[in-house]
Amino acid sequence: MSTHQTRRNFLKVSTAAGGGFLLGFSFLTSCEQKPAAVAMAPELKMPEQWTQLNGYLKIGENGVVTIINPNPEIGQNVKTSMPMIIAEELGVDWDNVIVEQGKLDTENFSRQIAGGSQSIRQGWEPLRKTGATARAMLIAAAAQQLEVPATELRTEKGMIYHDASGKSVGYGEVASLAATLDVPEEVELKDPKDFTIIGQSTKNVDARKIVTGQPLFGIDTKREGMLYAGIVHPPAFGLELKSFNADAALAMPGIVDVFAIDCAPEGKQLQWSDGPTVRKQVAIVGKSTWQVLQAKQAIEVEWEQTSAPETSAGHKEKMADLIANGKAEEARRDGDPEAAFARAAKIVEATYSAPFLPHNTMEPMNFFAHVTEDKAELYGPIQTPEFLEKTIATLFDMDPAQIEVGMSRMGGGFGRRLYGSFGVEAALISKAAGAPVQLTYSREDDMTQGTYRPDYLVKYRAGLDADGNMIAFHVRGTGTHGSPIFENRFPAGTTDNYLAEKISMDSNISTGAWRAPASNFIAGAEQAFLDEVAEAAGKDPIDFRLELFDRAIKNPVGERNDYDAERYAGVLKLVREKSGWDADSGDARGVAAYYCHNSYVAQVLDLTLDTSGKPQVEKVYCAVDCGIVVNPEGALNQIEGGIIDGIGHALFGQLTFTDGKPDQSNFNTYRLIRHPEAPRQIETSFVENGIAPTGLGEPSLPPVIGALANALYQATGERVYDQPFMGSLPG
Amino acid sequence: MANYTINVNGKAHQVEAAPETPLLWVIRDELGYVGTKFGCGIGQCGACTVHIDGVAMRSCQQPISSVSENNYQITTIEGLSENGEHPVQQAWLEHDVPQCGYCQSGQMMSAASLLNQIPNPTDEDINTGMAGNICRCGTYTRIHAAVKTAAGKLS
Ligand code: FES
Ligand code: FES
Repeated sequence: MSTHQTRRNFLKVSTAAGGGFLLGFSFLTSCEQKPAAVAMAPELKMPEQWTQLNGYLKIGENGVVTIINPNPEIGQNVKTSMPMIIAEELGVDWDNVIVEQGKLDTENFSRQIAGGSQSIRQGWEPLRKTGATARAMLIAAAAQQLEVPATELRTEKGMIYHDASGKSVGYGEVASLAATLDVPEEVELKDPKDFTIIGQSTKNVDARKIVTGQPLFGIDTKREGMLYAGIVHPPAFGLELKSFNADAALAMPGIVDVFAIDCAPEGKQLQWSDGPTVRKQVAIVGKSTWQVLQAKQAIEVEWEQTSAPETSAGHKEKMADLIANGKAEEARRDGDPEAAFARAAKIVEATYSAPFLPHNTMEPMNFFAHVTEDKAELYGPIQTPEFLEKTIATLFDMDPAQIEVGMSRMGGGFGRRLYGSFGVEAALISKAAGAPVQLTYSREDDMTQGTYRPDYLVKYRAGLDADGNMIAFHVRGTGTHGSPIFENRFPAGTTDNYLAEKISMDSNISTGAWRAPASNFIAGAEQAFLDEVAEAAGKDPIDFRLELFDRAIKNPVGERNDYDAERYAGVLKLVREKSGWDADSGDARGVAAYYCHNSYVAQVLDLTLDTSGKPQVEKVYCAVDCGIVVNPEGALNQIEGGIIDGIGHALFGQLTFTDGKPDQSNFNTYRLIRHPEAPRQIETSFVENGIAPTGLGEPSLPPVIGALANALYQATGERVYDQPFMGSLPG
Repeated sequence: MANYTINVNGKAHQVEAAPETPLLWVIRDELGYVGTKFGCGIGQCGACTVHIDGVAMRSCQQPISSVSENNYQITTIEGLSENGEHPVQQAWLEHDVPQCGYCQSGQMMSAASLLNQIPNPTDEDINTGMAGNICRCGTYTRIHAAVKTAAGKLS
């Protein structure tokens, strides 16, 4: 494998692919820096001097290597896995590597985003090239120093060897020379079979800091002279700030100031990621978080109704009406679905629904900001730092060069921290207060001012011929601010007569991306529906799906099918084998498979009912095809997390609204899955295929909801159609 | 406002606070032990778990006025061990438990307290003992295994 690389096409590749990697491949000339006091494995000796080889890499004279993680870390473990990819091609010993979190740096990196499970997929090539290019330059430097041809040199764990003469030199000894050399035009990438770091389970680089409680998260930020801030936002959607009286609050201990902020002033062009920002809010600044939290409640606010308040019951009615009578966008049509349904021997029909879901990251929204006339420093948990910088530049009429955005480790994201209004709020508060501030939401603020997973309703119909073959398929779906339908995903391409229709519903309730957007609902609905269709066809649910995939492999319908039917079938076959599907586990079991975010997942879920009828998931078998697995332990952790998260939300999760106001505001009324309710066992198997890797932050969540629904049916004899499932189950 | 002396991680600290101020905010904002986390503020999530005389308590539910008496010994994650060598911390590293990591100091404090009381917990004991700590990332199966490993190290 070889790849051609110049400064110019490096730039091109990077921009096109994205992934938080190098833009300008600026190899600096031996840039000496004072070693930073970063925590490192205790046995590592810090070098006297660092040589910066490019935007990602510093090498110490003693061979210690610092690799910058460009992308935000939200618990998806990119801070470990992205540097692993560079280290692999660089050819160093992982034990000699220190990982540092990068700041927002649009000169050196692009797509510094955590979202869509894309960091690894889009970073793969560019990160490899970054490591390989640096390695090639180190080899060239060693060739000069050892006075031997570069082609006779080989590298191993940070050392460069000339076997013929027995000479060797360490990366650290040639790094400063390497930094002065030209960037090679072409670099050789490793054959994946020679990987020594990729494919090895590698511990989370922050694990030691996490288990010893070191400050890592945005909420842990402390600065000299820093004040603490809170906000009071409208208690219901449809209300806006009219006026407030802060006399009582200002008289409380520790309270410094109370004022209104406007996050979306007239005439300012905001970013998509500012999302459904609440325009005007009341900000409060004080000497401790607790004092601010207390005093918030003493502010008397008058709100005005600017749009009609909505309720969950109203949404359900409206969505049902849209499904029955609404005008839909015909997103895809194959064959003649109407005629096929008319001649079908059997028609299966079912409707599925799901409520709004808040993100409920365990670390509530928060941000640090210090904004003065000519400078803005922001630091905190954000999935979209570049967009935050743009908004700050617009709001304060600053040049991006005057703005610094740092990324803390995040106590969960799941999509919530794509929408950085909290960063904007912190900046406005800091500017107005004339002090550095740490803004922290209470859990109630966090849960009741969200960018929620939309509520959805979808209706499926399938027509079977007399032999149980699916001859027609129709899906029609709606949801707040958009339909959940992906018209070109399975089972599109498997059925001659196919119709997908989308309807969007307006609302003043803000919604946004939530771990595996739309897939987090539609996968469960589709996979539960196909289970019902398979039953009506008198077929085993895995056989039934494999027949469909077989059709899509041999003779697909249409050209725009967004999946690889062989890989899809592959995970299903693997999970069938691993779960012993064809034998009987004794427990009620359900199966599901789904493809989203470029990875394929199939699951078999076994559950039992306790004496009260409450379900307990005993075991989930999970088969995954995400190409090359960069960090197996980290991958397993993501997959397990997605499974537990999916089961939890499908069983318990719902945010309901009365008069525009969320009915749940903290964990006493909002139910998240807890330890005893988690599956007792999760067994994951990977398809081995050497394909370039794809991400895992999301793909294991969507299908497990279908597997759960199908297992519940086996256990109870009743199909579940409406989430949360516990609404229709005892316990 | 009043003056209190509290013992945290083996040291006596003087703090000035309103009597109802939760211990959580005193240790985070005043003493700077930020390993103890804020998750809900109402005793539901366990992110703020500390030990008071070796027993897991929700620090968001303990007013400062109630923990400064009787020479109570308060331990936060930073004080669970000198350098992360407590068997629970070691087991957490071995199982690579954390995803985002935010809930984990509370999880470990609950686990350490559970093992203080029941050195060899059954699955049921672990389920009960850990039910008060929420993890949105879904690390429960790893936590479960890590508690068992830690129990093995302690015995
Ligand atoms: S913050 Fe104390 S239990 Fe949640
Ligand atoms: S590891 Fe993220 S909340 Fe538990």
